[in-house]
Amino acid sequence: MKNKTVVLGVIGADVHAVGNRVLDYAMSTAGFKVINIGVLASQEEFISAAIETGADFILVSSLYGHGEIDCRGLRDKCREAGIGEITMYVGGNLVVGKQDWGKVEKTFLEMGFDRAYPPGTMPDILLEHLAADLSK
Amino acid sequence: MNPVLLIDFGSTFTKVTAVDLDSEELLGTAKSFTTINTNVMDGLKKALDNLQQETGLRSEVYQRKLACSSAAGGLKMVAVGLVTDLTAEAARRAALGAGAKVLGTYAYQLCENDLQDIEKNYPDIILLAGGTDGGDRKTILHNANMLTRLCKDTPFVVAGNKTVAREVADILSARHSYVVVTDNVLPELNRLSVEPARNAIRQVFLDKIVEAKGLTQAEEFTEKVTMPTPAAVLKAAELLAEGLGDEPGLGELVLVDIGGATTDVHSIGTGDPTQPGVNLKGLPEPYAKRTVEGDLGMRYSAVTLGEAAGARLAKVLNKPLAHVLESLKGLLNRPDSLPKGPEEIALDLAMGKMCTKLAVERHVGQIETVYTPFGASYIQWGKDLTQAKTLIGTGGVLVHCESPGEILQASLYDQTEPTLLSPKNPEILLDEAYILSGIGLLAEISPEVALRIAKKYLKRVYQ
Repeated sequence: MKNKTVVLGVIGADVHAVGNRVLDYAMSTAGFKVINIGVLASQEEFISAAIETGADFILVSSLYGHGEIDCRGLRDKCREAGIGEITMYVGGNLVVGKQDWGKVEKTFLEMGFDRAYPPGTMPDILLEHLAADLSK
Repeated sequence: MNPVLLIDFGSTFTKVTAVDLDSEELLGTAKSFTTINTNVMDGLKKALDNLQQETGLRSEVYQRKLACSSAAGGLKMVAVGLVTDLTAEAARRAALGAGAKVLGTYAYQLCENDLQDIEKNYPDIILLAGGTDGGDRKTILHNANMLTRLCKDTPFVVAGNKTVAREVADILSARHSYVVVTDNVLPELNRLSVEPARNAIRQVFLDKIVEAKGLTQAEEFTEKVTMPTPAAVLKAAELLAEGLGDEPGLGELVLVDIGGATTDVHSIGTGDPTQPGVNLKGLPEPYAKRTVEGDLGMRYSAVTLGEAAGARLAKVLNKPLAHVLESLKGLLNRPDSLPKGPEEIALDLAMGKMCTKLAVERHVGQIETVYTPFGASYIQWGKDLTQAKTLIGTGGVLVHCESPGEILQASLYDQTEPTLLSPKNPEILLDEAYILSGIGLLAEISPEVALRIAKKYLKRVYQ
């Protein structure tokens, strides 16, 4: 995945930094150029970073259960900012408690994400999907 | 004796400072009106005559004659970038750090209106940035093409995405004869690099601007006019903060320059968080940072100061608002006057305090509290200058008023506004002899002597 740039960050009022570092490491090792905007990242920060760096995709993490509120409208803002077609994944503890993953996934796909991942997903799966989606 | 002459061609006054490098003494200072519209040498000669009366030294004795200038409107620049808060802001900061007056900052793809806007108030140099290295290339290419349509041949500094920088320069060169390519102002999203752009701007200043500003005649007498005056002041601030060799510096510092038209704030320091558990956000800050407040000034900007803080001034002065605004308007017509009588003195004092307070508030960083499910979390935007060791003040109002310390104290950390990261307990120094720009010039040829003279002649003020 040489020459592919990803914007990575933890969205909303979420300060979980460990998973963010694991993903940074996994993707850098796999050859991606990782633009890590860190924790407490707003939707606007994801978008500005993606525009300025000419990123190929955006990877949003949310660990604290408020992902749905934080992610809503992100795709629309991307469209408004001229990067409406950018590939966008989301993953983590996206909702509070144990909910049916199928429903949760549907919610996030409808929100405009290309893929959504439940807790416990290994980076390898993410990298496999990226290889497939970005070579389209 | 090894006397050196330091000259500052200001917008209103040509100021001359004589120092002796051997004894490290200030020999004298003098000033006269700047005569840029006729022959800049007329004003300089008058200033030199005044200096000779003070020092008894003829102008032939000076071994070196160095000059900086902010005459003829200063170094006027336009900054162009991609995203407002990212490369456009990075470009703006680079231009400010180079001592420029930034006429406008433009983001995203330039449009017809932007071009008209740029042409309306023509810049001396345009700084074109956009895209991190390897990042977006479309916008900067588009903007280069747009900028070839400007009606005047304009010097350009290109400091954008390195993968297309050469191509951008080629496009611009079709229309503009002086195009320099330098390193990206924002090579990576989390790394600001304004130094190469600052140096490139300075080079353009030397090559092109001095001539365009009618300062060539001066260069027959002086050596090269080496930099814009604000760049000299920033240089002096950097030298004072860092020290040199065995001569220690003053540490992290903030410098406030209250002028007739603008209030400039310079800070030297990383501005990293001083409290634990604070997350840094936003564009990285330049180590040597300059901000310019075009609406805060003592004379030319008195009316805009009234717009920014008229009610607060009225309250401080205990006068009706309309009366205060009228007095401010009156100052516009006499930019060179000193206050007379208690009312005018009180007004100048209140204005000086307000300029200082607002300019420093806008310069320093802020702490924002974010409430997360795990409790409060803190985000810092900008520089934390609470631990700055030194605060230096310069500018006419400070020199002429009786209580400069009171004015400068207006910039300190205020417990009622705890989110503003202003200096808490700095030592306050006054540039009583008005030598800071001269120190920045002298630093070019003899930095250690410059540093020692600066430390010697900056006066500690108590309140």
